[in-house]
Amino acid sequence: MSGPVSGPHAHGAISLRQTMLLVMLALLPATLFGLSIYGWPAFNLLTVTIVASLLAEAVCLVIAGKPVGIYLKDGSAILTGWLLAMTLPPWAPWWIGVCGALIAIVLGKQVFGGIGQNLFNPAMVARVALLIAFPLEMTTFVAPKPLFTESAPDFVQSLAITFGGGMHIDAVSSATTLGFVKTELGRHNPLDGALSQVFDLLNGFTGFMPGSMGETSAMLVLLGGLFLLYRRIISWHIPVAMIASITLLAGVFHTLSPEHFTGPLVHLLSGATLLGAFFIATDLVTSPVTARGQIIFGAGCGVLVYVIRSWANYPEGVAFAVMLMNALTPLIDHYVRPRVYGRDRKGQPLVYKGESWERDSEASR
Amino acid sequence: MKPLRKLFKIRGGVHPDDHKGRTAQSSIEDMPMPALLHIPLQQHIGSPASPMVKRGDRVLKGQLLAHSQGMISAPVHAPTSGRIVGVGNYPAHHPSGLSVHTITLQPDGADRWIEGEAPPTDPFALEPEEIATRVAAAGIVGMGGATFPSAVKLNLRSRYCLETLVINGAECEPYLTCDDRLMREESAAVIDGIRIMAYALGVKRVIIGIENNKPEAQAAMQAAAEAFPEIEIARLPARYPMGSEKHLVQTVTGVETPARGLTADIGVVVHNVATAYAVHDALRFGRPLISRVVTISGGAIRLPKNLRVLIGTPIEELITHCGGYSETPERLISGGPMMGQPLPGTRVPIIKGSNGVLALTVRETKAEEAMPCIRCASCVKACPCGLVPLEMANYIRSGDLEGAVAYGLMDCISCGSCAFVCPSNIRLVQFFNYAKGELTARQRAEHTQNETRRLAEARTIRLERQKQAKREAMARRKQAQEAAKQAKQAAEARAQQAARTGS
Repeated sequence: MSGPVSGPHAHGAISLRQTMLLVMLALLPATLFGLSIYGWPAFNLLTVTIVASLLAEAVCLVIAGKPVGIYLKDGSAILTGWLLAMTLPPWAPWWIGVCGALIAIVLGKQVFGGIGQNLFNPAMVARVALLIAFPLEMTTFVAPKPLFTESAPDFVQSLAITFGGGMHIDAVSSATTLGFVKTELGRHNPLDGALSQVFDLLNGFTGFMPGSMGETSAMLVLLGGLFLLYRRIISWHIPVAMIASITLLAGVFHTLSPEHFTGPLVHLLSGATLLGAFFIATDLVTSPVTARGQIIFGAGCGVLVYVIRSWANYPEGVAFAVMLMNALTPLIDHYVRPRVYGRDRKGQPLVYKGESWERDSEASR
Repeated sequence: MKPLRKLFKIRGGVHPDDHKGRTAQSSIEDMPMPALLHIPLQQHIGSPASPMVKRGDRVLKGQLLAHSQGMISAPVHAPTSGRIVGVGNYPAHHPSGLSVHTITLQPDGADRWIEGEAPPTDPFALEPEEIATRVAAAGIVGMGGATFPSAVKLNLRSRYCLETLVINGAECEPYLTCDDRLMREESAAVIDGIRIMAYALGVKRVIIGIENNKPEAQAAMQAAAEAFPEIEIARLPARYPMGSEKHLVQTVTGVETPARGLTADIGVVVHNVATAYAVHDALRFGRPLISRVVTISGGAIRLPKNLRVLIGTPIEELITHCGGYSETPERLISGGPMMGQPLPGTRVPIIKGSNGVLALTVRETKAEEAMPCIRCASCVKACPCGLVPLEMANYIRSGDLEGAVAYGLMDCISCGSCAFVCPSNIRLVQFFNYAKGELTARQRAEHTQNETRRLAEARTIRLERQKQAKREAMARRKQAQEAAKQAKQAAEARAQQAARTGS
């Protein structure tokens, strides 16, 4: 008989591959929506990014001498590419996707030792690197041009946009809510009146606004997130802590000074807040493993997102916030551990004060 | 109807498919007499029993074959009448498959009981200590699988003020239904055994914990316990590892046993339902523990059954009796699938602690190649002991066993919940068992080394002392000789002088 000596000799149903597949399934509604409103160029970019991720993963595995088939099939490379594409401007040129995929897979994941070993979320490593290296391409957004409408480019035109010499930026570019807010504040314009030009609550919720490929539809991202919660791929701690801390900070500052700070709803429904809270900060590999640790992590992400958006140079801060908190994950995991059964928080065996069931050794003699 | 007991939550745990439906409706069936019985001398935790019979002896059913040795041990008895055909070594009921001291008995078919002392009229008229003595003499051990000699636990009264006896009828391991059937079919006997144990322990309260996936057993036990106000039935949620002693006690009493301690430290003693049945048999009828109920199940068994089996019956006979294999099993397990151990073969005998024999197919074990850990924390959520299994495994993988101990390795109960939920199929329990074994081996080696050093030093000191004594003796002798010489010379001188003066 072969096989290990120790039990269990049974296994729960879900595997690593199924976990990845469920996350992809959860991403699907928001992705399909993104593809439909930003059209063929978005489709091209998504495809290019995923294919590049898979190729990069395969080459790394060959170099590392690991079995390529098994590790490619686990789905993690696809997911990394997919998540990265979701955070890119949908009409970005192909090389943005390829560079991003290379950075994510090679620098973000494989140099650390492959799946499970990376300190930082690979997709966010790539996004931050791209944002710093190619600020123009990474901040050029388009207004929604739904597929099969007149304004939308057809497939041939889309090839020119993605693979050609770049798009005619001025003709199509449009500001994101957070970008607009940053610009207006830079011009010392009060926010309350100006904001209504770009932000509409309903559009913010459904996603009909300029933004990254998969971030705009709060509704569908939320749907996917709830699905992950329901299937217990993620737990509620990180998303709830992150959303709560953003809401709290935004609420307080907006109440104090509405002309300088946007309200909680704008923060929640624009940028990558929800995608970050449900899909990026909750990345299993790079977040803490205990419930309390996850609450600290999520709250930290939320605070950093708000701080970066409000006071730093970038209009959006989810990627930076998550990476900064990723760096703290080992520390959190070292200090925040569950209480061991039969021990107090300090690790000493429990003592019941004033109660002892042991007979006095003198008396029993 | 008594009010339902309030239950307390424990952390972690998993919900495996229970697979109990295969055997839950099959009544306990007597296994036909096998051709040979192989009765190991060590079927319990503690020292092995010492044989009292030799090859060729004729023995009667219930006769003592080997007596217990030392404080923690248990005797073994003849499961039937017959002839001893061997006292030697035979493969153990253990994953190693190593041979252990075993008595082989050839049944004569008469199945004749030994004429023993008449069973007591009323166990409740006996001294509590006397009950423990009889339980010890009957060779009863914890029959849930732990096989700790039960009498030692019944004697805890002398050291602890005990308040509660908790009876473990959780049977949280999937597939197993032997306790379920016993509670349904022998509820009165089980309750009687429980009452005898409660009397021996001097406790006022008894709680019987039964998982909700056994409603018939709950009802049967409830009915049998109706007349005894001190006995309560706790309806436990079906969750593994509900049957873990400390977790069961916490679920029904709300009190957590301190780490490294016993449940007796919080005034509670836990016994299994099958043990209670064995106590009933021993105290009411004077019958030692010579048989037990075993669940034979698993996807590869053609006709899964619950069998009453004589201790020492080879497992191959049980499988044959259950219609053999419908397909080649991927793994043969003793006990449940969560904590059971693989069996090295089918020749090995059933022992006192065997509650199940499972022949599992690959569809059931779902054995797959391990993938890297993705830190998904499923194991952290599943661990009922509040450990971080993934970190412990990381430390062990890199050879830092002390690091794993600092993370709580020694508080791990090896329940397997972590490995059960691990999406990467990492054999976490294997890591932990390896580390625990390695640490024990190191401790033992260190102990040996220290002892060797101590003895060597003592020897050096002893030799030195002997040398010193020799030297001193020599010096003394020399001195004495010197003194004698001088005395002699002085005497001679005096004599000469005397002679001279005299002359």
